[in-house]
Amino acid sequence: MFVNILESIGRRVIHSAENSGRIMILLGQALYHLRQPPKSKHILEQMVHLGVDSLPIVLLTMLFTGMVITLQTANEFIKYGAQSSVGGVVAISMLRELAPVLTGVVVAGRVGAAIAAEIGSMKVTEQIDALRVMAVNPIQYLVVPRLLACLMMVPMLVVFADIIGTLGGYLVATLYAGIGSFTYLNSIKVFTDVHDVIGGLVKAMFFGGTIAIIGCYKGLTATEGAVGVGHATTASVVSSIIIIFISNYFLSMLLYR
Amino acid sequence: MIKLTNINMSFHDKQILKDINLEVNQGETMVVIGPSGSGKSTILRLIIGLLKPTSGEIWVKGQEIASLAEDDLNKVRMDMGMVFQYSALFDSMTVGDNVAFGLREHTSMSEKEIAKIISRNLRMVGLAEREKVMPNELSGGMKKRVSLARAIAMKPQMMLYDEPTAGLDPISSGTIDRLIMNTKRMLGVTSVVVTHQMSSAFTIADRIAMIHDGRIIEVGTVEQIKSSENALVQQFIHGLKTPGAYARRRSELL
Repeated sequence: MFVNILESIGRRVIHSAENSGRIMILLGQALYHLRQPPKSKHILEQMVHLGVDSLPIVLLTMLFTGMVITLQTANEFIKYGAQSSVGGVVAISMLRELAPVLTGVVVAGRVGAAIAAEIGSMKVTEQIDALRVMAVNPIQYLVVPRLLACLMMVPMLVVFADIIGTLGGYLVATLYAGIGSFTYLNSIKVFTDVHDVIGGLVKAMFFGGTIAIIGCYKGLTATEGAVGVGHATTASVVSSIIIIFISNYFLSMLLYR
Repeated sequence: MIKLTNINMSFHDKQILKDINLEVNQGETMVVIGPSGSGKSTILRLIIGLLKPTSGEIWVKGQEIASLAEDDLNKVRMDMGMVFQYSALFDSMTVGDNVAFGLREHTSMSEKEIAKIISRNLRMVGLAEREKVMPNELSGGMKKRVSLARAIAMKPQMMLYDEPTAGLDPISSGTIDRLIMNTKRMLGVTSVVVTHQMSSAFTIADRIAMIHDGRIIEVGTVEQIKSSENALVQQFIHGLKTPGAYARRRSELL
């Protein structure tokens, strides 16, 4: 029985390693095809579909995240007379971690699923073969625009997330916790610097690229009709979220030493 | 125009095609018939480069394509068009955008010129004024016709048809057969058609090749196939239960 368990673990590890290798190959192929960039119309369409259309849910998520993190921080900090640090602590949390990670998770759920479902449906209905037959490279036509769109739009979403999260925190701090407006805003100015913002945007770009490539890979390898597309969609979201959380730790170590 | 030499094809240790040799002359319509799962569609996919053979050579217009990289294959595919069994229309695009797809990707034609070609091709397949319709609003026969209109938009020299009348009623099947023959007449294309519908095969074929168990067992004109002494050919074209049933039926009639 113990051997069976080991074998099962081994199989999963090998399967994961194989998938990781194939994803890196797809990324390499996508970067290779950047030498002949796709039409700007295709990239703009994806930027709207994947980026602009994700803005409402990102704003909603980050508004309430900013509000709740401020609520919890203020409740504890006021007990110890540290209310003048609430703004700064919330801002650092938002800029460095909450905005990029939660935006990444929301986008993984919305965009990662959409990419895998769309490309997966095309795969199982031979539309990918039709592209190849019409002398159009599927990686150049499907993967590159989505990769570029996510690389550009997820950082932009994080900028909005930073602003709305901080604003939500400001509202709770001033209207509920009784912290002065100047105290809150001055604290942000003292605690944060441009490095915090840039680090968050670097993470966002990494997460965006991850979501796009994993979504495209799962879509391109979908099989077995509707069931296969469903599996691909779920796998895209789950894999993207796992990679986001794992890579976030290592990126934080790298960016904020 | 198209030549398959000693083609072997295996999937997951199962050999699908065994030592296939087939030649399609310029301007002719070669129909490939055979039981389901005999490897007919695999032959089409090999010719257009969607699959690479396990061994053997595939010659298209004097160029060996089995060893070509995808970018080089795309140059060969510019002269080819394919109608898929389930049409494979791009379901996020309108009928007009589907037909125009190749023209927009590979030419610098103006939208006005492209619109004329869309209109002409849709009229040719009997779907005039349907440019703005989405594929999910079409019947199976209509989708096949749009697929044909799309495939011929770039004026290919070679056309491949994968079960073009599968799942269609007899009237729609007849329409598709006539369109295949009109396409050949108007564009002078060399065609390879995979089908297991004998009425279609006998209508459109210049020559017929039959595949059985991964091998080509007979190649000939329509009349040669109809009068073939091969029991497997007779079993297939008459839809008989066993290979010997035709010989028994013939001897009973005589």
